[in-house]
Amino acid sequence: MNYHWNWHIFFDPAPSGTGTYLDMLLSGLMLTIETGLLAWIIALVFGSIVGVMRTLPSKLASWIGFCYVEFFRNMPLLVQLFLWFFVLPELLPRGAGLWLKQMPHAPFYTAAIGIGLFMSARVAEQLRAGIGSLPRGQKMAATALGLTTAQAYVYILLPIAFRIILPPLTSEFLNTIKNTAVAITIGLIELTGEARAMQEFSFQVFEAFTAATLMYLAINVVVVVAMRLLERSVAIPGTIAGK
Amino acid sequence: MFANFDFDVIRRSFAYLFLDGMTFTLTLTALSALGGLVFGTLIALMRLSGLKLLGRIAGLYVDFMRSLPLVLVIFWFYFLVPYIGQWLTGASRPISVGAFASSLITFIMFEAAYFSEIMRAGIQSISKGQPAASYALGLTYSQTMRYIVLPQAFRNMLPILITQTIVLFQDTSLVYVLSIPDFLGAASKVAQRDGRLVEMYLFAALVYFTISCFASYGVRRLQARIAIVR
Repeated sequence: MNYHWNWHIFFDPAPSGTGTYLDMLLSGLMLTIETGLLAWIIALVFGSIVGVMRTLPSKLASWIGFCYVEFFRNMPLLVQLFLWFFVLPELLPRGAGLWLKQMPHAPFYTAAIGIGLFMSARVAEQLRAGIGSLPRGQKMAATALGLTTAQAYVYILLPIAFRIILPPLTSEFLNTIKNTAVAITIGLIELTGEARAMQEFSFQVFEAFTAATLMYLAINVVVVVAMRLLERSVAIPGTIAGK
Repeated sequence: MFANFDFDVIRRSFAYLFLDGMTFTLTLTALSALGGLVFGTLIALMRLSGLKLLGRIAGLYVDFMRSLPLVLVIFWFYFLVPYIGQWLTGASRPISVGAFASSLITFIMFEAAYFSEIMRAGIQSISKGQPAASYALGLTYSQTMRYIVLPQAFRNMLPILITQTIVLFQDTSLVYVLSIPDFLGAASKVAQRDGRLVEMYLFAALVYFTISCFASYGVRRLQARIAIVR
C-alpha cells in the first residue's frame, strides 16, 4: 500500500487558523453534540404530543397524528432538510423569507429543527406503542377514580409508558446524533464535515476518518451508559427490569 | 404562491430524472437489499452459531456499523475501496472504482448490520422443536437452516424486512454527498442548472413520499394477511 500514514498530523496547525487539526475535529464534535441535543429536545416535545394524540379517543386527533407521522416518515431526511433550507424561504412572504435566509447560524437551526421534526415522528410511534402496551385497566382505573383524560395521561399513562420505551428511545437518541451528519449537505460543518475538511486540507484521509469514527463511538458509549443508569434508576418496581 | 412556478422544468427533465436518476436509485436499493440480506443472514448465523469467537466478531461488526452515521460510512468506503481493491488484486496503485460500485459496497456492508438484527430476531422466534425435529430426522446443520429455519424466519420477518428496505430506499439519497446522480442528485443538478430549486425539491419530495407511502401501505396489507394466516 502506498498510503503514507502520519498520525502526528493531528498536532499540525490547520489552515483554518483556529488551532491544530485536532482542535478542528473537536469543534466539529461539539457542534455535533449541540445539534443532536437541540434536535432531540424538539423530537421529544413534538413526538410526545403527537404520540399522545394518536392514542386519544378522538378520531380527529388520532387522524392528525397519523398524517403527521406519515408526512415525516415517508421522505428522506436529506430531502426534508432541503425543503426547510432551500424551499421554505422561497414560499414564505418576501420579508420573512429574507429574514430566514440572512439569519445567523441558519444551517445549525435548520438542521436542529429539520432533524428534530424528522425524529419526532419516530418518537411518536414509539410512545404510541408504549401507551398501547399498557393494560386497558390502567386508563379505566384512572377514569373510575375521577381523573380527567389529561390527568390520566399526566399522572398514570405517560410516567409508565415513558419508562417502558426507554430502551428504544435510547437508540432513537443515538439515531438523532448520527443523523446530524446529514446536515453537511446544507453546510453545517459538524464532526463528519470537519473530518472531510481535514481530509481535503491535509490529504490524510484515513487518519481524519479514524479520529471521527472514534469520536462517534465515544458518543455512543457515553449515551448508552448514561441511559442504562437512567433506566435502572427509574425502573418500575415489580417488573422484570425493576427490583 | 404558485404563480411564478415553472412546472415545465419537471416535464423537460422528466426523462433524465426517471430514466437515469430513479433507475440508479432503484437498482442501488434492490441490489443493496439483496446483498444486505444475504450478508445479514450470514452475520446472524454467526452470532447464533454458539462459537464464541465467531459470535463476538459478528457482534462487534454489527455494533460498530450501527454506531456510525451513514454519511461517514459512505465517505469511508469511497476512499477505502480503491485501496482494498489494490490489496486484493495486487495492483501497484489504488484501483479506481466507479461511483455505483463504491456506493453499492457501502450500502451492502452498512445494511447487513441492520438486516442481521432483523434476521436474528426472526431465527430466535422459531420454536426450538423445529430444529430439534429436523436434527432427529437426520438433517445436517446447513440443511436444517436452509429448509426449516431460514424459510420460516424470513417469512415471519418479511414485513420488517420490507420496512427496512423502504428506509434503505430513502437512505440511498445520501449518495448525494458523493455528487452521484441518483434521483435526488439528478433533481438537484437540474435545479441548480435552471435555478429552479423550489420546483425540483418539492417534486423530489413528492415522488419519495408517494413511493414510500404506497410501499408502507403494502406492508400494512401484508402484515394483516400474515396475521390472519396464523
